[in-house]
Amino acid sequence: MNDKITVENLTHTYGTRCALDNISFTVSRGEIFCLLGPNGSGKTTLFKILSTLMKPTSGNVDILGFDLNTKSKAIRKLLGVVFQHPGLDIKLTVTENLRHHGHLYRLKGKTLKHRISELLEQFGISDRSHDTVEELSGGLRRRVEIAKAMLHSPSVLLLDEPSSGLDVGSRRQLNDSLNSLAITENILILLTTHHLDEADLSTRVGMLDSGRLVTVGTPDELKDVITGNVVLIETTNVDTLSQAIAERFEVSHTLIGNHIYIECEQGHEFVKEVAAAFPNDIRSVRVGKASLEDVFTKLTGNPFV
Amino acid sequence: MVNVLLPVSTIWWREIIRFYRQRSRLLSAIAQPLVFWILIGSGLSASFQPSGQSKETTYIEYFYPGIVVLVLLFTAIFATISVVNERREGFLQGVLIAPVARWSIVLGQALGGTTLALLQGVLLLFLAPLIGIRFGLSSLCLTIGVMVILAFGLTNLGLIIAWRMDSSQGFHAIMNLILIPIWLLSGAFFPSIGAPSWLAWVMKLNPLTYGVTAFRNSLYLDTATINGNMPTLGFSILIISLFCILTYLGATYTASTKTV
Repeated sequence: MNDKITVENLTHTYGTRCALDNISFTVSRGEIFCLLGPNGSGKTTLFKILSTLMKPTSGNVDILGFDLNTKSKAIRKLLGVVFQHPGLDIKLTVTENLRHHGHLYRLKGKTLKHRISELLEQFGISDRSHDTVEELSGGLRRRVEIAKAMLHSPSVLLLDEPSSGLDVGSRRQLNDSLNSLAITENILILLTTHHLDEADLSTRVGMLDSGRLVTVGTPDELKDVITGNVVLIETTNVDTLSQAIAERFEVSHTLIGNHIYIECEQGHEFVKEVAAAFPNDIRSVRVGKASLEDVFTKLTGNPFV
Repeated sequence: MVNVLLPVSTIWWREIIRFYRQRSRLLSAIAQPLVFWILIGSGLSASFQPSGQSKETTYIEYFYPGIVVLVLLFTAIFATISVVNERREGFLQGVLIAPVARWSIVLGQALGGTTLALLQGVLLLFLAPLIGIRFGLSSLCLTIGVMVILAFGLTNLGLIIAWRMDSSQGFHAIMNLILIPIWLLSGAFFPSIGAPSWLAWVMKLNPLTYGVTAFRNSLYLDTATINGNMPTLGFSILIISLFCILTYLGATYTASTKTV
């Protein structure tokens, strides 16, 4: 057993459509690794393969020293998985859901009871333990899901879009829980998301676009790709305005839909001048330090949607 | 051994709890067959004498075993249909990635469905004395035994279909196209005596025919009024036991080949 997930040359196709194209990356214990990509980028396919639900078309995946193709049973014992779609039985109480899950992992009696109350405490849901899941809010349900995935003390926690459908407050709580799990339990956390702020809080980020892994690195490393500021101008007439800007200023630009994307050293000064020069053509302007969204756009040439 | 059976029992237990918390399901599985029985049974009793039966057997009495089998079939369907949605997005995904063999998942589900079907079938047995069917203890035990085998087989048949389906609409189509005709041609609705020979053959090849026969025979074990060219009780039980084993193996196989 080692401490890593290693994915090598992973490819998956549905018929003729390539969902994952030759992907390789490594994640270590204690890390929160985030697969960031817009809808349809291949995140869920990769997730299904890692969670042993689907066999890849080709390539190797090694989870803590076990080959996914041949040792999926051993791997299942090490995984805690939170699916995108709710995986709780809403007719059962919180405790009943956890007990059912524990039995599937051969936990029983006092050990199970103790572990359940420990997790209820840890996730702050002890007072709701006897309520049926249908009585809980979305945020609370998510917490129960994670508690359920952690019940058998897995070494790897996989989460597919864990924050989808959660409000900002619940999302922050979720991130806090994950951070403390990674630190205190030294587990490997891999999650998929299309929320950029969530990716920003991870240890490392892998960006997926149309089945390709575009880049991997810490959020800061990724942002270093862009020096200076990013200016994003929304306009009704992209072609004319971009041409006019190019003639007047010495900056290169990229067109994304009805936006003009520009990188420059003194973003604020530049914006002032542009706004003064073309007051009627600009709908809105955003200026600031590079975000992961900007990195994605720069690397793929596509907007992050 | 306990460790192997723990996942089975917990899956079984969940089916029971769910049913207990959605008691309206009881009504949906029992009400329709009961209405069929009362309306069709009473309606046809005046006009038809089922062939191959004794003079005293009215149609409503003839129809009774068929109705109990229909309740078993309906319960099996309702208990398994949730697999379709839960497998793709929901509770069952968590079960599928647990270190649990597929045969034990299927066994838990099948035992859950069987328990629910049996519960409702036994409830209907209380109606038998109302239409003049009298049975003793041995007859009762045998009847319940037959119901267990039959319910287990039908639930597994439901599971074979449910594990293959991608939508519950598909399941409904199969139910109307296959399951209901299987029931109609099992001797539940009309006896094979007097039916055109091709139809009598279809009925002879239908495993549910032996289920209805076994149920009918065990119900009348003490009064022995069964006649006509029906298969014997022993032979019928043998066939439904085989049906039971094959459908369980089939459901396990289907579940093993399916991922998401």
